Amino acid sequence: MTDFPLLTALVIVPALGSLIVTLLPKQRPEIVRAFGFIAMMATAALAGYLVYAFEIQQPESLRDSFQFVEDHSWINNLGVRYILGVDGISLFMVALTGLLFPLSLFASAKVEHRLKSYIASMLLLEAGIMGVFLALDLILFFAFWEVMLVPMYFIIVGWGHERRVYAAVKFFLYTMAGSAVMFVGILAVALLHNSSVGSLTFDLRVLQEWNGLAEGTARWLFLAFFISFAIKVPLFPFHTWLPDAHVEAPTAGSVILAGVLLKMGTYGFLRFSLTLFPQASVDLAWVMLVLATIGIIYGAIVATVQKDMKKLVAYSSVAHLGFVILGIFALTSQGIQGGIFTMISHGLTTGALFLIIGMMYERRHTRDIAAFGGVWKVAPRLGGFMLVAALASVGLPGFSGFVGEFLALVGAFLSNRPYAIVSAVGVILASVYLLWMYQRVFTGEPEGENRTIADLTWREMATLVPLLGLSLFLGVYPKPVLERVEPSVKALITHVEQRSDWCESDKVDPDDPEACVPGDRFETAPETSPEAEGEGGSESEENEPVGAEEGGG
Amino acid sequence: MNLLETSWLIPALPLLGAVTLLFFGGRFLKEPLAGMLATACMAGSFGWTAVLFFKMWSLDPEQRTVGKHLFDWMPAGGLKISASLLLDPLSITFLLFITGVATLIHVYAIGYMHGDPRFSRFFCYLNLFAFSMIILVLGGNFLVTFLGWEGVGTCSYLLISFWFERPSAATAGKKAFITNRVGDFGFMIAVFLIISHLGTLEYWGPGNALEGASTLTNGAATGIALMLFLACTGKSAQFPLHVWLPDAMEGPTPVSALIHAATMVTSGIFLIARAHPFFEASGQASHVVAWVGVGTALLAATIAMVKNDIKRVLAYSTLSQLGYMFMALGIHAYSTAIFHVVTHAFFKACLFLGAGSVIHGMHDEQDMRRMGNLRKYMPITYATFMVAWLAIAGVPPFSGFWSKDDILAKAWFQGTTEGKALWAIGLLTAMLTAFYMTRQVVMVFFGHERFDLPVIAGGSDDGPSGARAHGADGTSAGAEPQDDHGPTGSGHGRRKLPHESPWIMTVPLVLLAGLSLVGGVINLPFKDKGWGEALTHWLEPVFEGVTHPEEKGSTLVGLAAVTVVLCAVLVGAAFAVYRHMTTTRDPFVTKLGPAAAVLDSGYGVDAAYAALTVGAGGRAAEVLAGPVDQGSIDGAVNGIGELLRSGLGTGGSRLQSGYVRRYAVGILTGSVGLVVFAVIKAW
Repeated sequence: MTDFPLLTALVIVPALGSLIVTLLPKQRPEIVRAFGFIAMMATAALAGYLVYAFEIQQPESLRDSFQFVEDHSWINNLGVRYILGVDGISLFMVALTGLLFPLSLFASAKVEHRLKSYIASMLLLEAGIMGVFLALDLILFFAFWEVMLVPMYFIIVGWGHERRVYAAVKFFLYTMAGSAVMFVGILAVALLHNSSVGSLTFDLRVLQEWNGLAEGTARWLFLAFFISFAIKVPLFPFHTWLPDAHVEAPTAGSVILAGVLLKMGTYGFLRFSLTLFPQASVDLAWVMLVLATIGIIYGAIVATVQKDMKKLVAYSSVAHLGFVILGIFALTSQGIQGGIFTMISHGLTTGALFLIIGMMYERRHTRDIAAFGGVWKVAPRLGGFMLVAALASVGLPGFSGFVGEFLALVGAFLSNRPYAIVSAVGVILASVYLLWMYQRVFTGEPEGENRTIADLTWREMATLVPLLGLSLFLGVYPKPVLERVEPSVKALITHVEQRSDWCESDKVDPDDPEACVPGDRFETAPETSPEAEGEGGSESEENEPVGAEEGGG
Repeated sequence: MNLLETSWLIPALPLLGAVTLLFFGGRFLKEPLAGMLATACMAGSFGWTAVLFFKMWSLDPEQRTVGKHLFDWMPAGGLKISASLLLDPLSITFLLFITGVATLIHVYAIGYMHGDPRFSRFFCYLNLFAFSMIILVLGGNFLVTFLGWEGVGTCSYLLISFWFERPSAATAGKKAFITNRVGDFGFMIAVFLIISHLGTLEYWGPGNALEGASTLTNGAATGIALMLFLACTGKSAQFPLHVWLPDAMEGPTPVSALIHAATMVTSGIFLIARAHPFFEASGQASHVVAWVGVGTALLAATIAMVKNDIKRVLAYSTLSQLGYMFMALGIHAYSTAIFHVVTHAFFKACLFLGAGSVIHGMHDEQDMRRMGNLRKYMPITYATFMVAWLAIAGVPPFSGFWSKDDILAKAWFQGTTEGKALWAIGLLTAMLTAFYMTRQVVMVFFGHERFDLPVIAGGSDDGPSGARAHGADGTSAGAEPQDDHGPTGSGHGRRKLPHESPWIMTVPLVLLAGLSLVGGVINLPFKDKGWGEALTHWLEPVFEGVTHPEEKGSTLVGLAAVTVVLCAVLVGAAFAVYRHMTTTRDPFVTKLGPAAAVLDSGYGVDAAYAALTVGAGGRAAEVLAGPVDQGSIDGAVNGIGELLRSGLGTGGSRLQSGYVRRYAVGILTGSVGLVVFAVIKAW
């Protein structure tokens, strides 16, 4: 099994599936559907095996943290290689992708219009997303990043709601604008590396080891990547495409969009921004924290007055993803682990919320909050599942959302106390918008059409149980995820510490004499810090930033 | 193996009940089986608690603290948060009365919820609540406590809005949840502070957080203590987060008795008792606790004097009694506070269940102005209510006398002006308590029958709650549980006469009344006797190092005499005023004039919050969502797009779809080509 290209298979299976679906007979929708489902389940099985086979070990360096690496030469004269690899940061994004696709296809039972194209698009989208999370070559990454845009665009345009064209075009152009800038950034990094070291490569593992960017250049390049990722996350104030896209997309599109697509942005920050531009990331972390905090509060407040359920959940995503960014740019191991955990958790709970809203749309053909009322009485299972999903999304302890938000906030509190305190207010607000929506939609006496709303079918419950069950399981026992994520996060933080004036333990435990000597501090004791305040580095700095003067231009 | 390590069985049983009812309730487990199953789980939990209690009793004091590590919950970086339990004298004291009172209330609820279409769901929630409450108390670190803390909040939400068809019930549930979340913000910040200063959240084991509290700077300890207290003001409904508790009376009465009187609302007292080293290390924080407590006690007592809804009077009374407990915590009299928690659980549960029995017997009437002389119709309810009334009014030798008097004495013996002031306000509150409770008892059980009289606005009005109780909004038909209730429309038609409740409801009442009578024995103030101050001695290992000023026996008796005499005067006054009440006009409230309206509105706190959140907050949110988000931010995005389009000179109409679509196809073909190329090259 060791020689089996598992990661390539994760990309190829859905991609080939997509190709084969287009060749299947149009007249036999059940075959098309079954085949699509099989392809997605096969991918899910591969992803599951990947989680199972992933080894928990502390890597020597960031480079070593990748497992199942496949490295082949590709376009030799341009230095582009075909490199796939997985570490603790991408592992669960792959798993989440594998889980959400079959579920959202399962939930698309009502889609009959141009079914073949629909399933082909979904499979292609899955292949693209898998590629994004696995690629370790910048050009390869960019290719997948762009590939995945196209089927998403078609899913919104082809199977969306009234204003789908507007929403899809906006989504497409906005993201394209961002990725164009990122492409320039990718080229610049590689070319600067080439002119300094003399070898042209897009290999992330090589580029992140190289530390020859001048400070100013690094900041500009950070910004180039930032725009692309910030739009994708979406970070305030780049978020306005999201409510439109969510509202117009079909249910499956919304689930995938919120569940995994947004995480490509936060993943990008972790995988590229922090590793390629550590000093710039440290210097500009405050910008990220400010935007994240605004996003948390702003998204929640705006969500409270939404009239459309999908829009409400879309704005709640802005708030949740704010927690992710807050955790990541807290630059502490709790913060980053919390951020990654929130990425997973948000995929589960928001996925469930969108699925339920989709089920309600199928029944009433509206998502208008005011059009509903008293649904719990006539459809107790629907009400029950929505309540559990809402509470899980609120971040109630016992559900995964709590673990993620809690760790992200702890991490931020240790390094940047004021942001964490303000962001914690978002925890209150989350209960305001979701419970208010719940009250208006589900409680009271049902009237009119609401009196005859059908309760959930077994099939519908079967799509929700895995998501909410996992959220509950990971809320009670998050260790299986955390222990796989942690080694990579530690390696990432050490990487940043070695290449910047950042010192995590300086924030977390200033008394630790071994502070900032990589390797040693992994064994040292828990955080006991009297005061974890203040900005910037300290005297106990062991690793001077290997700042290089060349580069630029 | 140490028997005390099996403490996990205590929460496991109600959890088992809840899960079973969740999956099989309604379809397979109908009434009354669902109720019996839930009750059996609860009784088993109580039984096991009792077994562990006697086992612990037999051990030496230093062996009575047993922690149990279940599994690693959140291992992240240097922070290792475990799922652990801690069984010690403090937690088992709480567990005993929680599981015990909960069992009785489960039994009662089988009768009370008879005929409700969601009978099994009710017991599922009730068991889930008990599970969460046990976890809260049994938690071995702050985060496990927080898990229970949020769990009870959620169950409270579910149970307050159990009859969710009534908009008022749904609103009340949401209000409770959100108000509690405000307090939870404090809990979270406190936890973050503890992590950042001490690096651990554990209550037990080497280097635990409670031991570490004494190493903190005063500022840090005060910050942590005040943040924890903020959490307590939410859960235990203290000013300024008290507003949710009166509304929580929308829930079925067993819920009010269990959650909003006996158990959940005392979580705050438990939390401060558990985290008392932080308060001890701070000093200042305790003053805040004492003053907020005694302030809430006084405010709530004044409001209770004018309320007419039988349950709302008790709700304000609960606020007031909780205020006493916080006052005790604030003067470092931790075991005294817990003493009052226990006796209060007995007599307040008895009062609430009695009120439920009255409501049941009166066919869903909750307005005391339309009651009277019920002792003739409901002798058992009457007798038990009397016992609980004497207990809360502070009449010796009923349990409430001992615990309340202990708190007042502890305040007096502080020896400071502050202590005397707290004592004086506490005494005033005790007198008011005697008055409003007597008012309730006389209006309900004595005097003239006023069952069919129309309500005359007598200066005070319970506002929307009065209307709700009669089902005037037309929604109660499906919402009310009793299948035997007659026409509930108020003011017209002769209603059925009140009747006594079935045995399944009166037996728990009798047991609770018995406990209200004798509950004081657990901590009688006779130091020289071997059995005196039993609870204080029992809790000594927990509150090690907390000292109290010397108490003089003769002064103690004198203080008690003053309290008893003054309270007796107020009891007599209330009797005199209400005994001859023949109409629904309240003679006392009418005399208060405009002051009654102020009291009835709860000093306008609710209205102020509504103006702030719904009014100003709502408008701000509208502005953010409208002009800011859609107008400015999205407008800028679209504007830039528009600008680029005209700048590039491409035909506007083509951009709408065709252009992008072609571009998308272009990317697709290009990318597919690249992928194919990659595959070929890689092979």
